[in-house]
Amino acid sequence: MNIHEYQAKEILRKYGVAVPGGKVAFSAAEAEQAAKELGGNVFVVKAQIHAGGRGKGGGVKIAKSPAEARELAEKMLGMKLVTHQTGPEGKEVRKVLIEKGIDIARELYLGIVLDRSVSKLVVMASTEGGVEIEKVAAQTPEKIFKEYVEPEVGMQPFQARRLAFKLGLSGDQIKNATQFILALYNAFADSDASLAEINPLVVTKAGEVLALDAKIGFDDNALYRHKDIAGMRDIHEEDPLEVEAHKHDLNYIKLDGNVGCMVNGAGLAMATMDIIKLAGGMPANFLDVGGGANVDTVRNGFHILLSDPHVKAVLVNIFGGIVRCDRVAKGIIEAAKSIEIKVPMVIRLEGTNAEEAAVLLKESGMNFEVANSLEDGAKKVVSMIR
Amino acid sequence: MSIIVDENSQIVVQGITGKEGAFHTNQMIEYGSKVVAGVTPGKGGQKFEGKVPIFNTVKDAVDATGANVSVLFVPPSFAADAVYEAADAGVETVVCITEGIPAKDMLKVYHFLKKKGTRMIGPNCPGVISPGKCKVGIMPAFIHKEGSVGVISRSGTLTYEAVHQLTQIGLGQSTCIGIGGDPVIGTRFIDALELFRKDEQTEAVVLIGEIGGTAEEEAAAWVKQYFNKPVVAFIAGQTAPPGKRMGHAGAIISGGKGTAAEKMKALKDAGITVCESPAVIGQTVKKVLGK
Repeated sequence: MNIHEYQAKEILRKYGVAVPGGKVAFSAAEAEQAAKELGGNVFVVKAQIHAGGRGKGGGVKIAKSPAEARELAEKMLGMKLVTHQTGPEGKEVRKVLIEKGIDIARELYLGIVLDRSVSKLVVMASTEGGVEIEKVAAQTPEKIFKEYVEPEVGMQPFQARRLAFKLGLSGDQIKNATQFILALYNAFADSDASLAEINPLVVTKAGEVLALDAKIGFDDNALYRHKDIAGMRDIHEEDPLEVEAHKHDLNYIKLDGNVGCMVNGAGLAMATMDIIKLAGGMPANFLDVGGGANVDTVRNGFHILLSDPHVKAVLVNIFGGIVRCDRVAKGIIEAAKSIEIKVPMVIRLEGTNAEEAAVLLKESGMNFEVANSLEDGAKKVVSMIR
Repeated sequence: MSIIVDENSQIVVQGITGKEGAFHTNQMIEYGSKVVAGVTPGKGGQKFEGKVPIFNTVKDAVDATGANVSVLFVPPSFAADAVYEAADAGVETVVCITEGIPAKDMLKVYHFLKKKGTRMIGPNCPGVISPGKCKVGIMPAFIHKEGSVGVISRSGTLTYEAVHQLTQIGLGQSTCIGIGGDPVIGTRFIDALELFRKDEQTEAVVLIGEIGGTAEEEAAAWVKQYFNKPVVAFIAGQTAPPGKRMGHAGAIISGGKGTAAEKMKALKDAGITVCESPAVIGQTVKKVLGK
């Protein structure tokens, strides 16, 4: 799960990670009030959406007075912000973060991720702040410094110090950066984060070390023990159909194509999308109805995937293992009675009781095309939209 | 031969009286797997369906029955504890079926097990089966057939699809391992390949990967250097968009890394036969084996 920058900074502040003074605003009037309360004569107005590249898209502006902060917020709120991560349709800005301006001396990078190849968290720092870390990793990997964390003991102060020295910091900056890194690690570990990126991490002219931007993602599997973080979810940032699917415990992701698909299991669902493309079509979605596909999951699944107006045909691909295919077939027949299915559909049921299932589908008198293999299913469904 | 589990595996089921645990225990017994014990705290002394003794702790179960393989059907919030308990009791292999365990819990478990020398399969996996000998997990047994092809996969039902194709075309399997779809897993592709390398029964290996992480790239490099049997691979998620978690916790393209295209290239560069389509896995293995 992802959260907004202002929420990430709230969490960081709680753990003693230094962040600029700031307040979130939902209206232009609130933006002006926030600037007045923060004080000073330089403010930054930052659009809050779940996407990077906001600055280039016009989502980060400098104001020289609370009145100007108001003007800028007025323009920003309600606009569709387009960045390289939002897609061409952009995302509506519903809130802005007002922050105090900072005298920046250096821009650095700090991040924490799980390195799967060694099953350890890795804290990464770089002198190249403000640019995408993937680019730095590809072009100048020697400018990225890493410290691996032993899970039994956690991040140690000497590791944080070592990073601070490698970043070329000196004097009080070393102490400030060490403290910053350790606090960030604690925030990460305590809250079951899956990713934290401070980009840029800035050193001010006075030697302070601050998070100018902050991005934190969380492990969905651990949200059950972090009710406060789970409450930060912003459904406006998600696709409405994905939100609906989530309510029914279905894994659904909307894609750009026109062949809807319903599959049991995530790997097989991805493979089904792939074979649709190989057959010359484009998948409209990823939908994993899980191991226990029954009448309810099948009905909810159909409801969601058919809500996408781009879907012109549907491929159902179920590999019955423990789930019996005849039960899934009954589910499909039941579901089809309660939902109007106007698009052609191909069904491939393989595995336990597949033959009984084929008979049930045939006898239902409904308009299904039955496929006898994965490839056959993909070819049939793609031929229907031509 | 086969790897990890065989006719000598003595299985203890943790969570044997739960709905899932009970159902799959019966399925395993029906297949001929030696389920020698179950564990449900508080139900020690009872018997599961009149046949399998239940113990309060894994230690009691191991001491009384000599169980050497544990399989877990416990909810995610209790799973890490259950793995620790199995390792502490001295079982050689822990098969963790549970989906949805926080990665932080598994990080600690992973390093603890390394020190103990305990092998973990999973979590978030269908388990492991050596056809004709032993099944430890939730996979449908009837699609398998004893033979010479090893299967390693990050997925569940997609593995069934591949195994089904192999069996249909007349190729049996030595051992099929679902290594799991999470970012932190106990047994990686390389660990399983190392075992298949030494296994005389195994003549070829099917490797089924998916987007996310770099495990396939690491496996490719390892195969190039050390593996002398033919490998056929498929990578799921060629059409998956970046930044979206495709069901499995570990299946996500982040920061432009972990794409199917990169993985397929790395595998091909290592001399591995890569299937573009999931429908041709069986016939491709047949071809590389010259059968």
